[in-house]
Amino acid sequence: MDEGTIHRRDFLKTTTGLLTGMVVAGSPLGLIAPGRAWAVDLTAFTSSEAATLMAAARTIAPHDKLDDAAYALVVQAVDSDATKDGNTRKILREGLSRLGAEFIKATETDRVAALKKVESSEFFQTVRRKTLQVLYASPIAYAYFGYEGEAFSKGGYVLRGFNDLRWLPEVPLEDSGPVPM
Amino acid sequence: MAKIDFKDDSAIVIIGSGAGGGTLAHELTRRGIKVVLLEAGKRQSLEAFSQVPGEAFGQLTWLDTRTPFGQLTWLDTRTQSGNWGVARDFPSLPVWHCKTVGGTTVHWTASAPRLQPWELRAKSTYGKLAGASLIDWPISYDELEKFYVIAERRMGVTRRNDMPGLPASNNFKVMHAGAKKLGYKQVHTGHMAINSRSYDGRGFCIQQGFCVQGCKMGAKWSTLYTEIPDAQATGNLDLRIESTATKIEHGTDGRVNAVVYRDERGQEQRQKARLVCVAGNAIETARLLLLSESSKYPQGLANSSGQVGRNYCHQITGFVWGIFDKPVYSWRGATLAGVVEDEVVNDPRRGFVGGYRIELLALDLPTLPLVGLPYGWGRDFASIMESYRNLAGMFINGEDLPRSDNRITLNSNVKDAYGLPVANVHVDEHSNDQAMRKHAQGQMSRMYDAIGAKRVVLGPTPPATHNLCTARMSADPRDGVTNPWGQTHDIKNLFISDGSVLTTPGAANPTLTIVALALRQAEYISQQIKAGNI
Repeated sequence: MDEGTIHRRDFLKTTTGLLTGMVVAGSPLGLIAPGRAWAVDLTAFTSSEAATLMAAARTIAPHDKLDDAAYALVVQAVDSDATKDGNTRKILREGLSRLGAEFIKATETDRVAALKKVESSEFFQTVRRKTLQVLYASPIAYAYFGYEGEAFSKGGYVLRGFNDLRWLPEVPLEDSGPVPM
Repeated sequence: MAKIDFKDDSAIVIIGSGAGGGTLAHELTRRGIKVVLLEAGKRQSLEAFSQVPGEAFGQLTWLDTRTPFGQLTWLDTRTQSGNWGVARDFPSLPVWHCKTVGGTTVHWTASAPRLQPWELRAKSTYGKLAGASLIDWPISYDELEKFYVIAERRMGVTRRNDMPGLPASNNFKVMHAGAKKLGYKQVHTGHMAINSRSYDGRGFCIQQGFCVQGCKMGAKWSTLYTEIPDAQATGNLDLRIESTATKIEHGTDGRVNAVVYRDERGQEQRQKARLVCVAGNAIETARLLLLSESSKYPQGLANSSGQVGRNYCHQITGFVWGIFDKPVYSWRGATLAGVVEDEVVNDPRRGFVGGYRIELLALDLPTLPLVGLPYGWGRDFASIMESYRNLAGMFINGEDLPRSDNRITLNSNVKDAYGLPVANVHVDEHSNDQAMRKHAQGQMSRMYDAIGAKRVVLGPTPPATHNLCTARMSADPRDGVTNPWGQTHDIKNLFISDGSVLTTPGAANPTLTIVALALRQAEYISQQIKAGNI
């Protein structure tokens, strides 16, 4: 890890913890930023709470080859919500505390069982909702899932494969229409 | 653009600038009638529409978690109740429509089919059904058809007149192949208000796949950049944005004479009016009529029948996803450009009355898990997401039955920014609705299975986008709120000009019908003014 990058950071007085990692070479993001260190300043959670939260997000939406950096964004967003609202912070910290320190090291089966037990709680539903909202909206996820995103600046898909499927019969013209370019 | 004085009582005030209000504003102003158009939202533009929900690549400071729809969506608080799936899955967002100049025509997917003649005779066709408040439309299909023809030309609807169909996308190729295996005959890229070639000064569809986020090409018809600028060009339109109507006032004669609204600074304003047209989408239209109660009209305006807000219909929806072992890239291309119309028939042998369309659908990556998939998490949920490249999508758009108690009411326990009660949306689905959805999702599953889907996933019912019938047209004033021109039965100079007036929803996506009825209403208002009747 590039420790120097982190040490040089100006920490806010309110910083409660830090979550760090490195983009893995060979991951979809790694093609763009291999070896790049990342760090998330925390303002509501401790480093250990953030690590538990990250493990919870990975259990809720387990994509084994998706970089930790994508899940760190979830942690960052939840931390931000918890910073803004005292009640949310209380619910989340209590929930994380209930999962306990052993949650991170537990097998996936055990992590699923632990989350199942609290599935109806506001804690779990908040974490689940935020995971789904944030995880799939990042450029890291776009690259991983193959989603091409913004299209206007590239001229849409009219010349970039909107009709490139070849494993089914072509649609007769009377049921469709001419490609305009 | 005209500047109309607050005290000028010769103007018509239209509330809402979407399909109904925007079209009506153009039609009245081009006939030389002065119009004040109140729009609660801001004005966006092709340049402002966003296709980028996150921030720049490579950073770790993406705090922006808003959906791509934040800039357009009506996000004011609503409450809801009832047994429909939306109450469980989307408790804070019962309906999804727009608060922006152009209204929901900014985010609509531009499917523009016509209602069928028999759908206008719902009660006669379906018979008496327990738990439903069906009536027939007070106008004939032949009468409506005249205005469909004008609307289709105006909007540049594909596969009508000389506008070619849209080309087949990957997602549609999957739909088409599956539909043909099942023997469906009417399978095509739809009647879409999306330019397949340049038309009306607007460019053609370049298959961006961002219809819902606002078409940056302007290829999709929206009043934002068609009817409203045309109305402004007449010099007779005073468009006031960020202006939220809070009450319609009346005089001692019972006729409406002013609209009270909050302007962009939150200041209360009062615009005098000779005539008021309400087009705020069926939720807000009903709410405004109810909010406008007075000692003369204690149940709210135009509500002597007690029908305002009742018979709320939203059309039956539900996603079906097919996962294949080869790529589909369903997000590439016009979102809804594909339809199977064979099920738009009334065949009670299927176990329900009324018909449904099977329509093409894709969701962008961030939206799929939030709106498109059933509740879930863990490995099974993640495995569906892992298949995103290979996912094909469709959904149902079917006729739901009106029910008297499916209604918009004022929730006095929850107030908006101005201290006014918010709308509560109550929906208990009729067993007919549930039988139709089950049949449709079964047929769609068979379509995907027939061409080798590895897995079929049935999605939830999303927040309602087709909000209808809450001030319905009726021949008998006891059954509805307006006459066949959207003129309220109770107050001659108060009109309803949006989807609220549909007598029954039918199985056609409603915008074309709303536009056709607005064109017809404009003609009627103009004639009535000339004749000195209003």
